Amino acid sequence: MLELVVFSTLNGLQYGVLLFLLASGLTLIFSMMGVLNFAHASFYMLGAYLGYQITRTIGYWPGLLIAPLAVGLLGAGVERFCLRLVHRHGHVAELLFTFGLAFVIEEVVVVLWGRVPLDYRVPALLDFPAFTLWDTTYPAYKLFMLVISVAIFVALLLLLTRTRVGLIIQASLTHPNMVAMLGHNVPRIFMMVFGAGAALAGLAGAIAGPALVTQPSMAALLGPILFVVVVFGGLGSLAGAFIASLIIGLVQTFAIAVNVSLNDVFLPLGISLPAPAVLGDLWNATLAQLGPVIPYLLLVLMLVFRPTGLMGTRET
Amino acid sequence: MIRMIARRTVFGVALAGLTALAMPVRAQDTIKIAYIDPLSGGGATVGEHGVHHFQFLVDKVNAAGGVLGGKKLELITYDNKSSPQETLLQAQKAIDSGAKFITQGNGSNVALALTDFVAKHNERNPDKQVLFLNYAAVDPALTNAKCNYWHFRWDADADIKMQALTSFMKTRPEIKKVYVIGQDYSFGQAVRVSARSMLKEKRPDIEFVGDELHPVLKVTDFSPYIAKIKASGADSVITGNWAQDLALLLKAAADAGLQANWYTYYAGGAGGPTSVRQTGLEHRVFQISEWHSNVEGAEMQNLNADFRKKYSGSGWWYLRAKNEMDMLVKAIEQAKSVDAAKVAAALEDMRFKDAIGAEVWMRKDDHQLFQDLYISSFGPGVAVDEEGTGWGWKTVAKVDAKDTITKTVCKMDRPS
Repeated sequence: MLELVVFSTLNGLQYGVLLFLLASGLTLIFSMMGVLNFAHASFYMLGAYLGYQITRTIGYWPGLLIAPLAVGLLGAGVERFCLRLVHRHGHVAELLFTFGLAFVIEEVVVVLWGRVPLDYRVPALLDFPAFTLWDTTYPAYKLFMLVISVAIFVALLLLLTRTRVGLIIQASLTHPNMVAMLGHNVPRIFMMVFGAGAALAGLAGAIAGPALVTQPSMAALLGPILFVVVVFGGLGSLAGAFIASLIIGLVQTFAIAVNVSLNDVFLPLGISLPAPAVLGDLWNATLAQLGPVIPYLLLVLMLVFRPTGLMGTRET
Repeated sequence: MIRMIARRTVFGVALAGLTALAMPVRAQDTIKIAYIDPLSGGGATVGEHGVHHFQFLVDKVNAAGGVLGGKKLELITYDNKSSPQETLLQAQKAIDSGAKFITQGNGSNVALALTDFVAKHNERNPDKQVLFLNYAAVDPALTNAKCNYWHFRWDADADIKMQALTSFMKTRPEIKKVYVIGQDYSFGQAVRVSARSMLKEKRPDIEFVGDELHPVLKVTDFSPYIAKIKASGADSVITGNWAQDLALLLKAAADAGLQANWYTYYAGGAGGPTSVRQTGLEHRVFQISEWHSNVEGAEMQNLNADFRKKYSGSGWWYLRAKNEMDMLVKAIEQAKSVDAAKVAAALEDMRFKDAIGAEVWMRKDDHQLFQDLYISSFGPGVAVDEEGTGWGWKTVAKVDAKDTITKTVCKMDRPS
């Protein structure tokens, strides 16, 4: 039992911090521009594909550096040359733009790399079991993912709270006009934040590529859960995004480990459903089977009872 | 306004001309076989390798002079994204472009939708009937409650395989705790039910310590499931998983160093052998199939070798695809026609000596093929290896075709 708890915690944390790498950029962009960037998960996918391509030509470690930078540049370019123009036509146009961009990126990826999952391998240097507990091994690469993601979180937190750049970014989140009055170039700040967010997504892609599967559907698989994290954590709150990422990661992992169904809960109370009832499937489904739905349920509940999210200050 | 219309017309004509130019020039008298399977998403690796199989077989038939005195076969491929709805759209497209035969295999949910579609189509369009040649969808319903005249299946159904697998497990006293994990759809559920009931009957002493269904082709990290299997104390796992769901399951097991015996339907699929080798589960992963690359028989050995040369080392998987094409060609020759009803009549009850010299039989009652089945384990010390691991499949038990014959409840309407 303890073994299951320990490993579920590790797996959940690792998935959670990966989510955070993506959600951090998304939540900053969201709160700054007021637009949900539907293409954010696509930057994650681009990071994985570029990482793969660079791994094949130069090596894994340069790829880990170059791929996020390239994705970041692309993100900045998208903001500077497209989103900024679309911005004049209001939020709906921006939303539609990012929505379309997600499809364009997916199709471009399919044209360039094909539909079949890529053979993106864990680098030999990290391809060993990190430690063994109750004769279950934990792969070093996963530990590496965990460490990198936590390091990025700490760095981001320091950057935003301890530096001048961070102060300006925080100020432009809430009072963009005032910041502009003070002589700062707010559009450039937007561009930098968008680029940095994309770069973080790209980094997440480059480190997740070998562990998860690098395929054209990887953006669509992760996209919806990101929005859950951002809304759940609260707009513009990095700490909120961090906590939400961990909660979602842990909830999803632990749900799989639990074999309890509604039937098991209510049977001891003397309540049972007549055997072949309409709702029989739902009644007997275990939490493990319902696992994928739980984050969305949490999202709905959060929006009903606390629309600002866990640590947000504004209404979504 | 008129000018605009005129301009539009000119534009339209130009566009039509362009598309006409862009259309590939096709020989008009080929016999078209439509291959509809996932060529994107989690099933893509397996779907694409299936294309290689059928293209290889079609090329072979054409190189030997085609059928009906020189007519060539042509394979056209369609991506169904593993979705039943998409499959029906693609099937309609295939029929519209003149396909006479449709072959599909990945996903019984897809096959169930397709078999219904084909039956309805044939009823409404007696002059454009097509056949559904199923090479891998193994839900028993397809040749029982949901059977019809236009569907033929070359793979043994899930119950037949589970019967053979559990009979083998009966002889392994080291099995004490079993975990069943599968994909949450018709086939995965069928495997789960039959594994429980059959094992209970044959080995009542075995304890089921877990029973799990997970989303189909959506899970990218199976570590949480592996942690659960580990915690359950299972010594053996039964799974019907295929494609990405099997490769990633075994990969997560390899990462966690899970030491269990695996009883599978499709461990031979892409990525499976590599993961097994990585964990070092020497002869502890079992697979039930109609063939593997170390089954004796020169014809298949040579075919596998040629195939590997052509597709950079990826091995041959499906003897059943070879049987399907060989029997189709034979049926077309016998019927002297590609008319679906006539070819189906020739396929029914066909007894055929296959490429490893064994007799297979397409039962008339339900269009299920009966063939010898092999249970094999994966490990070193074999002639032909897989995925460059140095390990390969070795037969541990063989079940004769006559011992796999099951009852069927199929009652099909035959065209008069």
